[in-house]
Amino acid sequence: METSFQRFMIRLGVFVVMVVICLPGLWVVMTAFRDNVEVMARPPVWLPQQWTLDNFRSIFGLSATQQGIPVASYFLNSLVISVTSTILAVLIGMAGGYAFARYNFRFKKASFLTLMLSRTVPGISLSLPVFIIWSRIGLIDTHFGVILVYLALNIPFTIWLIDGFFRQIPQELSEAAKIDGCSPWQAFWKIEFPLAKSGVASAGIFAFLTSWNEFALASQLTRTTASKTLPVGLMDFTAQFTVDWTGMCAMAVIIIVPALLLTFIVQKHLIAGLTFGGVKG
Amino acid sequence: MRFFTSRLSAPFVLLLPAFLIIAAVILIPLIFSLYTSFTAYRLVQPASLWQWVGLRNYIRIFSDVDFWWAFGRTLVFLTVALNLELVLGLCIALLIDKITTGQRVIRTIMMFPMMFSPILVGFQFKYIFNDNVGLINNAIQSLGWTDVTIPWLVNAWTANLAILVAEVWMSTPVFAILLLAGLMAMPRDPVEAAKVDGCNPWQVFRHITLPFLMPFVYIAMAIRSLDVARAYDMVKIMTNGGPAGRTELLWTLIARVGYQDARMGVANAMSYASILLSIYFTYYFFRKLASARASLGSMA
Repeated sequence: METSFQRFMIRLGVFVVMVVICLPGLWVVMTAFRDNVEVMARPPVWLPQQWTLDNFRSIFGLSATQQGIPVASYFLNSLVISVTSTILAVLIGMAGGYAFARYNFRFKKASFLTLMLSRTVPGISLSLPVFIIWSRIGLIDTHFGVILVYLALNIPFTIWLIDGFFRQIPQELSEAAKIDGCSPWQAFWKIEFPLAKSGVASAGIFAFLTSWNEFALASQLTRTTASKTLPVGLMDFTAQFTVDWTGMCAMAVIIIVPALLLTFIVQKHLIAGLTFGGVKG
Repeated sequence: MRFFTSRLSAPFVLLLPAFLIIAAVILIPLIFSLYTSFTAYRLVQPASLWQWVGLRNYIRIFSDVDFWWAFGRTLVFLTVALNLELVLGLCIALLIDKITTGQRVIRTIMMFPMMFSPILVGFQFKYIFNDNVGLINNAIQSLGWTDVTIPWLVNAWTANLAILVAEVWMSTPVFAILLLAGLMAMPRDPVEAAKVDGCNPWQVFRHITLPFLMPFVYIAMAIRSLDVARAYDMVKIMTNGGPAGRTELLWTLIARVGYQDARMGVANAMSYASILLSIYFTYYFFRKLASARASLGSMA
């Protein structure tokens, strides 16, 4: 029914959309490999004439001209905080999601609603009171302080997603396993968990991306290289009136690459997770 | 031990860690901030924490023109951004649904902006809209449209436009992906039947596709409204509320009053306004979702 002209127009439309989606990111990535002269050049240089790694050298403090930024410790902080909070959020989310999917209990709806409402508090509104309390009990500038906050941000969403996935699995399966002599614990790990794995994976990737990318809370709760994360470290490139664009773009690449890699590896689960948990939840 | 193993308390035990953390990180701080919003608390004067001022902070912010501008701007920004993202996301989803070859690759590329940190999006668009080295000005000048460097982020109108562009770029894929999932889950029979009955493509879309997609629309809206304040990171980087407060949203105003002016009490009072706004948006979309599902009946 479709004419070849219509097909061409659809292809063209998709192409234009993809260019618009990719271009801003690509522009930043390309700038990370340019030298500073090209960035300031007039008329503009569209494609880098000479790809260079100087920007990466200088933010790691390897070049003579510029002072390094402690990227390595920011990276390590980000990694420790994101991975720990993701693992904990997934474990707690699995417990909570299972409870909502499999049990009927008093205040079930109310507790679900409470969890979801706790997610509506914007980061910046939360950061003020948390900052005051954390500074009183000495949690400012510690990994633990940030991890705890990210846990609270991620748990409602992981519970919501994982609950949706457990609901998909017929209860009869684990009941049959129990009749065959499995303990409830064994039935869970051997039967239900493998079936809900893609949901758990997508909840995990969301939790990881949230913690990896979070800025508003981290910027107030971290102070030094002891706990500053990569997004907060980006601020190091801004002075009062100028921004070191090439350095910033190089840092941007360092932040994007792990997130991209991880997402592409589990993106199959991600799409399943987005549709499942959201629709049936 | 029996208490832990009995069936009745199992959900209680399973949910306990979640609620402990929510209570420690969200509930207690919120109660505390509710308290400080009635005090003259300033970070630099710890004693002021005990100085009860009643409703003074609230009266002050409600009679503050800057607060109402930020409040209104936030409301307009959210409404415009969410609707724009919905329309664009719907168009992209319909377009990609038509594609048969290479759809998986395109779906993956489409999710690209979702992996960007909002603060990175801020820096990225601050760079792209930069008057000297930015992509936009370079493009306009290369095309020979103008020789003037347009100071995008310095003019109030264009700065707001730039922020809107950044927000739309960042969040449209959320809508597109969810709506695409909805389109793929749609049963084909009603569409075929309508075509046989002589409906034109617009009628099919209006009376069959769109009603089916509505639950997905509201799910996307609900998810987005849960993290509306992600825009804080972008605005903070791109304009920091400037020029002269003309792009100030509630969230940047709260941060300024709380951390720069150290007026924690007033800032916490403002926080409550912003929390209520988020809760309202979330509640509104959840209600809409429920009614859209109900009107679909057995279809969803």
